[in-house]
Amino acid sequence: MEKSTIPILRLGNYLLTSPQIAIHDKIAVQYKDEILQKIVETKVKGLILDISAIDVVDSFLVRVISEIASSANLMGCPTVVSGMSPAVAITLAEMDLSLRGVFTALDIEKSLKILRGEEMRHT
Amino acid sequence: MSDSNIFIVSRELDIIAVREKVREVAKSIGFKIMDLTRIATAVSELVRNAFQYAGGGKVIIKIVQNQYHKGIEVIVEDHGPGITNLDLVLNGGYSTGKGLGLGLSGAKKLMDEFFIETNQNNGTIITTRKWL
Repeated sequence: MEKSTIPILRLGNYLLTSPQIAIHDKIAVQYKDEILQKIVETKVKGLILDISAIDVVDSFLVRVISEIASSANLMGCPTVVSGMSPAVAITLAEMDLSLRGVFTALDIEKSLKILRGEEMRHT
Repeated sequence: MSDSNIFIVSRELDIIAVREKVREVAKSIGFKIMDLTRIATAVSELVRNAFQYAGGGKVIIKIVQNQYHKGIEVIVEDHGPGITNLDLVLNGGYSTGKGLGLGLSGAKKLMDEFFIETNQNNGTIITTRKWL
């Protein structure tokens, strides 16, 4: 299968990934695999999934994000979803969709603090 | 105003193309970021359903005008199996596919008007509008 082309970067003890394109089904599956593989390779202590560039989060993408976070968590790699825009947050709330069991943060800096244990975690 | 755009959806990538087009049309008549996001998200849900359950369909995007407001109308038409348990689907929490079962009910909440015509084995037509 072709690669997702979404960069997954190492930042100290953590991985940072920030999709800049709309994610469709085939990319989503590949992307998830790439993230989990990278967690194994790098043995990092946390994952930041920055969605600040994503302008539409529908129920499909909520599911993809939840799956990435819960799989990473199961591998001992806590995940913080960061940077959700106000419009996306309002839309999801109105649709009764939420990211249950997923840590969320306003931005990457706050995500790092959460992963380092310097800040309260919100799920 | 009778501007209208017609799209045929047959691949997954078309879902993204359609919702980008809808956003562009909605923006051109003055919708702002919050509503643009609601409209694009609702359309994404509807088109994804058509793709997932019917293998695709047709999407018509129109600029409409009532007595007071301008608005956008999106019609999503498919020739799939139809929706047999409409009440359940519209109340959320029911899914036979890969979603969360909140697609249709969520889309309905995001739009101002929402009509479904569905016939078993004869497809589904969803007409939805958002007013400025």
